[in-house]
Amino acid sequence: MSSDWPLFEVFIRSRSGLEHKHVGSVHAADARMAIEHARDVYTRRQEGVSLWVVRSADIVASDPEEADALFEPARDKVYRHPTFYAIPEEVKNL
Amino acid sequence: MSAAGAAPQQPEASSRAAHFRYVLRLGDTSLVLGQRLGEWVGHAPALEEDLGLANLALDLIGQARLFLTYAGELEGRGRDEDALAFLRDAPEFTNLTLAEQPNGDFGHTVVRQWLIDCWQLEIYEALLASTDARLAAIAAKALKETRYHHRFSSGWLMRLGDGTDESHARVQRSLDSLWRFTSELFAPDDVDERMRAAGIAPALAEPSSRWSSRVDEDLAAATLVRPAAAPYPWHGRRGVHTEHLSHMLSEMQHLQRTYPGARW
Repeated sequence: MSSDWPLFEVFIRSRSGLEHKHVGSVHAADARMAIEHARDVYTRRQEGVSLWVVRSADIVASDPEEADALFEPARDKVYRHPTFYAIPEEVKNL
Repeated sequence: MSAAGAAPQQPEASSRAAHFRYVLRLGDTSLVLGQRLGEWVGHAPALEEDLGLANLALDLIGQARLFLTYAGELEGRGRDEDALAFLRDAPEFTNLTLAEQPNGDFGHTVVRQWLIDCWQLEIYEALLASTDARLAAIAAKALKETRYHHRFSSGWLMRLGDGTDESHARVQRSLDSLWRFTSELFAPDDVDERMRAAGIAPALAEPSSRWSSRVDEDLAAATLVRPAAAPYPWHGRRGVHTEHLSHMLSEMQHLQRTYPGARW
């Protein structure tokens, strides 16, 4: 039965968290059921206070084949990290 | 208050006995329904539903623990939640007859669940105003859980009722066969009357009509037909059960009966 149901990705915002984090997936026939399944499967131990579900098929992912082109060029640009710069003495908080 | 034929005892003692029975009934319905749902573990149609039903079962058994512990204290004979759950025979159980009915198929379990969810929603809601603060506190906790149970069961009722011809026919059949047990849900007896007079329990007329409207609303959404009212009054709450309860209890109580006091 569940193999006929589409897959939904589940995101949870924890009590102290600001953002929803991906935690896994559930099968469900519709969005309402997906929320219920996500609640029943992933929040049994007070993991969160808010749920998002999204059809897995609706997620557009980058192609692993293109990983070199997409992500390699950033490797030698360490100066993009804020830690690369010396912070002037006068600046107390940054 | 028509306790016809009952020997007039000290009013204090008999009202305490009624209080005990009232709380015991709530606990027994939660316990028996929870045990029934537990029978689904490992058998539900999908992994996610397996967990979902187990969650409902655990909520209900949690409610039963609170009610039964309290009932044991009201009774004052030293029986705790375990003694009440595992060492009573079927005629001493006071759950709704509906709760003990076998699971049947998934749709049948959904219909049974939904009917009792709608009942618990009204009873727990009304108990928030009870003069018994402890009972009101248990009801407040249970009400949150029951709102989710109703979301779950009414969702499935709609999905199956308004689903395929096959699913529609099957849940309608389950509804037709389980409906007769609903005559017991809001039929007050001397225990209810006594508790109402003490402000501990609500008058049942209003919860009953609210239950009825909610049921009609959910049935309409599920394209199901409400069966005709069933005249036969069931008496599970007074300890008169269908044959199904004994079978269920023999499994549930087996370990404690065989190894009394066993712990692990």
